[in-house]
Amino acid sequence: MNIQGKRNIWKDYQKEIATNRYFYVRSCVRQNFFPGSEKAFLRILKDELSRDVYENASHTTCSGIGYHSDIIPFETAMTMVARQFALMTESGYENFTTSCITSFGLYSEILETWHHFPEVEERIREHLLRATGRTFKKPANLSHASDVIFKFRKEIAEKAKHRLINRKTGNPLKVVEHIGCHYSKMFPSKGIGGAEYPYVLVGMIEEWGGEVIDYPERRHCCGFGFRQYLVKANRGYSLACSKKKFESMAPYKPDFILTNCPGCPMFLDRWQYALSEMEGITYGENGFGIPVLTYEELAGLVLGYDPWDLGLQVHQVTVDPLLDKLGVDYDPSAKFTGKNGIDLGKPEPPSFLKFYQNE
Amino acid sequence: MNKSTIVVGGGIAGMTAAGELSRLGVEVTLVEQEQITGGHAACWDRLFPTRRPAEEVISFLREQTDSKVNKFSGRSVTEILHHESMFTATLSDGTILHGESLVLATGYDLFDASRKEEYGYGIYDNVITSAELEGWFKNHQLVRTKNGRIPSRVAFIHCVGSRDEKVGNLYCSKVCCITGVKQAIEVKEALPACDVYSFYMDLRMFDRNFEELYFEAQKKYGITFIRGRLSECSENADHTLVVKTEDTLTGKPMKMIVDLVVLLVGFVPRSQNTQMLSKLKLITGNDGFLQPEDEHNGDNLTRIPGLFITGAVKGPVTIANAVADARATALQVYSFLHSNR
Repeated sequence: MNIQGKRNIWKDYQKEIATNRYFYVRSCVRQNFFPGSEKAFLRILKDELSRDVYENASHTTCSGIGYHSDIIPFETAMTMVARQFALMTESGYENFTTSCITSFGLYSEILETWHHFPEVEERIREHLLRATGRTFKKPANLSHASDVIFKFRKEIAEKAKHRLINRKTGNPLKVVEHIGCHYSKMFPSKGIGGAEYPYVLVGMIEEWGGEVIDYPERRHCCGFGFRQYLVKANRGYSLACSKKKFESMAPYKPDFILTNCPGCPMFLDRWQYALSEMEGITYGENGFGIPVLTYEELAGLVLGYDPWDLGLQVHQVTVDPLLDKLGVDYDPSAKFTGKNGIDLGKPEPPSFLKFYQNE
Repeated sequence: MNKSTIVVGGGIAGMTAAGELSRLGVEVTLVEQEQITGGHAACWDRLFPTRRPAEEVISFLREQTDSKVNKFSGRSVTEILHHESMFTATLSDGTILHGESLVLATGYDLFDASRKEEYGYGIYDNVITSAELEGWFKNHQLVRTKNGRIPSRVAFIHCVGSRDEKVGNLYCSKVCCITGVKQAIEVKEALPACDVYSFYMDLRMFDRNFEELYFEAQKKYGITFIRGRLSECSENADHTLVVKTEDTLTGKPMKMIVDLVVLLVGFVPRSQNTQMLSKLKLITGNDGFLQPEDEHNGDNLTRIPGLFITGAVKGPVTIANAVADARATALQVYSFLHSNR
């Protein structure tokens, strides 16, 4: 593979990312799936980088999950998004940053629609005004939160406590990067690096010392795909998609998978357990799975945050072997202790997928 | 001063027009940016559909332009001006040429295959273009993978950069279908044990003996034609390639591992034309190629009297058709020079 070929493409897909004053909107589902990620984003931006990030308590779902599941009409979605823009405007911000990839895709789609069809924007403005009395300005800058971490990847590297280097071997950790479909597949120009060879996560991995794996099913869906999972009868297809990816990446022996979507880490993590229970197969080293991280979790680890503050104990695929490779100083006994000191109880180990280091 | 013309471009069309006009007694100056004439055809080994050596055609045209034609090679035209019925062409070395008429035969560029990002050209070692494969044939280079292995499976991908809204080229490049058939046969001849696949949208065998060659490719050489556009190409750890497509005749998605992928790249308008022609304000079509004054009755004419266009500067064309077009252009130029202007 000729990396220069990719670099030539990356040059064509750069985008403007605001440097400060972010109006941050959370995902509907990420706080349940990976509860430390959004908190880590805020901590990194506010505490490490001294940036102004604002959240508005009146923010609701963007309705993207319903829109992409064909239960929310586009007209409704646009009006709900218009309300989010109104909240941003009322708060005195103009840089809109989303935690969710599907939200980012929906916001991009709506702004693009309004750009080409101004009469639609006017109609939505009327809907919003009639329904809520609100008006809004469109964002001066729209970014996904992974864009923001990408933008500050060098600053994070300067403050790094850990590099993506295997402490035992001295070699770079091998990383699979997986981008959410709604990040750039709909609008390649809206994503760093475009749609075919997205650079947003690659840039973080390279900057923090890791090595990116290019494997044949890199572009394939994680297995979420909304209707693949939301329609119960299709869930076999969801599993099949994930399995196809694991089998394609496993020969490269990745140390972990890095993601920037709410759904991807959920399915790439949990389905490793499901596949092990169904077929007795595991894809990581020594019977463990391949750990799956969000970019905020990885940035937090690089910055030396406590893995249990990052919520890594709720991952289905245990991250402990990865923490050892990174040289993270962690307390195994605190893994299942709540922030209030109460013992939460240890999960029952799966039948095949190794979960505890001393098994 | 004798009746004079400047021919810009020493490919098939330019050489033909220059040779014909010289034979008719016109004082011809031919400018070619490369050191040798012949254009893209000079890079070809054998021509479709008969597979005669390209060198035969080029040698013939070079003979036609050798004796009386005033040639400037290795220099490009940077600007063309038209003033008081005279044309002035400025060359890259500062030379200034004058002529009563001017023939634009600047041809085309090949589509940059790296723009079809999903095919991995320029990234994966064993993804090459049809122009590169033709160069291998011409240089008697063995068909091998990057690391020297004999390929057991080769895939040809049609319509790369042509008939593709995603890259902004809606037009058909005309010659790629038959080029793909010819090259598939030649790979099969070089490597009889190799399985050769051709992924196409539809095969446009429009000219004489094209359809026959397509049948021969299937019947005699056993080349497998699959109707489906490639969705993506990726690389395995052993540098073999995974191609994904849909067989649209059976309606099923396909995934295949091959050793070599050949992208049949199409024509795009010559990028240099933009600057060279900026002062002339010639009309281009939606496809970016130059638009003739009248597509039926004046397809070599432009809005400027004395300025003619010929060959692939107007859009994709075969060598045979470029020759015929250039001969027609020569007659138009001759008539113009002898008219009461």
